[in-house]
Amino acid sequence: MTTAAETPVPALGRSRGRVLRRLARNRMALIGGALLVVVVAAGVFAPWLAPYPPTEVHFSTPFQRPLTVGFALGTDDLGRDLLSRVLHGTRVSLQVGLLSVLLAVVVGVPLGLLSGYWRWLDAVVSRLVDLMLAFPFLIVAVGLAAINGGGLGNAAIALGIAHVPTMVRVVRAETLRFKDSDFVLAAHAMDAGPWRVLGQHVLPNALSTIIVQATVIMPAAVLGEAVLSFLGLGIQPPDPSLGIMLSDAQQYLLRTPWPGVFPGVAIALICLGFNLFGDALRDALDPKSGS
Amino acid sequence: MGRYLLHRLWQSALTLVLASVVVFVGVRALPGDPAQAMAGEEADPATVEAIRAQLGLDRSLPEQYLRFAGQLLSGDLGTSVRTGTPVSDMIGATLPVTLQLAVYAMVIAILLGMSAGVLAAVFRGRWPEWAANGLSLVTLSVPTFWLGILAVLYLSVRLGWFPASGYVSPFEHPLRGLYYLTLPALILGLSHTAVVQRQTRASMVETLTADFVRTARAKGLGRAAVVFRYGLRNSLIVVTTIVGLQLGGLIAGAVVTERIFSLPGIGKLTLDSVFTRDYPVIQAVVLVVTTAYIVINLLVDLLYTVIDPRMRVSGRAR
Repeated sequence: MTTAAETPVPALGRSRGRVLRRLARNRMALIGGALLVVVVAAGVFAPWLAPYPPTEVHFSTPFQRPLTVGFALGTDDLGRDLLSRVLHGTRVSLQVGLLSVLLAVVVGVPLGLLSGYWRWLDAVVSRLVDLMLAFPFLIVAVGLAAINGGGLGNAAIALGIAHVPTMVRVVRAETLRFKDSDFVLAAHAMDAGPWRVLGQHVLPNALSTIIVQATVIMPAAVLGEAVLSFLGLGIQPPDPSLGIMLSDAQQYLLRTPWPGVFPGVAIALICLGFNLFGDALRDALDPKSGS
Repeated sequence: MGRYLLHRLWQSALTLVLASVVVFVGVRALPGDPAQAMAGEEADPATVEAIRAQLGLDRSLPEQYLRFAGQLLSGDLGTSVRTGTPVSDMIGATLPVTLQLAVYAMVIAILLGMSAGVLAAVFRGRWPEWAANGLSLVTLSVPTFWLGILAVLYLSVRLGWFPASGYVSPFEHPLRGLYYLTLPALILGLSHTAVVQRQTRASMVETLTADFVRTARAKGLGRAAVVFRYGLRNSLIVVTTIVGLQLGGLIAGAVVTERIFSLPGIGKLTLDSVFTRDYPVIQAVVLVVTTAYIVINLLVDLLYTVIDPRMRVSGRAR
């Protein structure tokens, strides 16, 4: 539950306490936050928590049921430990998600700020955004995978690019909203240049919106990674990925369902955590919502 | 109004041209030599050169682009390197399957999403709202392709309620066709239900708490009349936008759904062509999908002006 406190949110300054109090009172935020702590811990400490290396095969013990001695969640067709693979898969999912969010922020926020501030630039950036929106993310990812091959980095790039347009639009809208506000006019009157106005006055105020948008992108990117890897365009075997595990499990699902259940549950828990917490955060940051 | 239409048309045309440039350049950036691929690994250099000249690959990039654009405009999408059939034929065979799936899924998403959204708005703070919110959170968080796999396993294989895979054209056998598409469409539609539901709920709550509704209620107008006459009408505007924005995602999502249910749609064609490096097909598919997306969004914007009279006056979408 301390994730929000550790995030630097300068604009929230005085209201940070209020936002935290609202979050602490929201049951959904608490559940979402708790889920996030568990999921992030599982991903970060996967190398230490996992009883086996994720790719280690045990040919003598394939298709073990969950709760067998030595294999808490059972094993897959090659006798690989499902718990270890789910932990490492979670780690990969979070890495891809985080990289995509970073890419969307690094590219999307400056473009949004600039296009909201300068009208002439807006025309160019808006065309660019329209163009990017015209390519559905899976098509971008498919194209990138065809050019560069799969892999963690390419999956993250494809997913990040896919979320740049929404980030640009959100930040642009915020910039337009603050551009004519009194404190920006005052800054202008005190001879602040455009960079100073954008960096010190507009950006801090847009920060809460950016954070909320990031909590939207994160689960979408985690789902996206699973989809790409499931199709064979993301993480490449034998590296562990929740999507690949599901794709593999499909072949022998009738024989044993467990390898096809746990990775799906893991994806769902990661996304549920971010969705719950993101929703609650949005409510808490919205001054118009109750309490 | 007229100026706005022209502006939107111009914008869409520009985006289309830019998209074709991006696709053209992107395909040129792909590794491998299409001429070599067509001639085969052991062809002698002269044959490869001949094919290269025949494909126009020996000319400059701008020249190649103009030729490519000219062919596009005349409806020629090239020839598959893998099968030798015209790409336009391949797309003609697969696109209808994907469109049927996408439209069916959208109908399911709208029906489910709007009903859940209306219930959540009408019964605010009571259990229907909690149930509807829970449903939207779950459909947003659970990977729908996973649901698809599980659905095939339990509903099709174990219980035998639905066919596990396969496609029957609804134009030849209407009922059987719909039946074969139902499970895939349900799975694909579920992933888009939450957005429809949230927007419906938001616009419905706004209407239900509006001053004019309070006045109407005070004058004796029934609750159901308010919901259906004012609430739904306003939500329709919102839902129309979403349909436009989501349809592109639906077509992309169809790639996964078609894979799980082995449907012979454009998604399967895309994946097959990526794995076999069939560049003319990849290029054409990407172009067709983006064009569809751009055209659909243009249509949605135009539809706006029909549904929402305010657009006709102000002449600009939000």
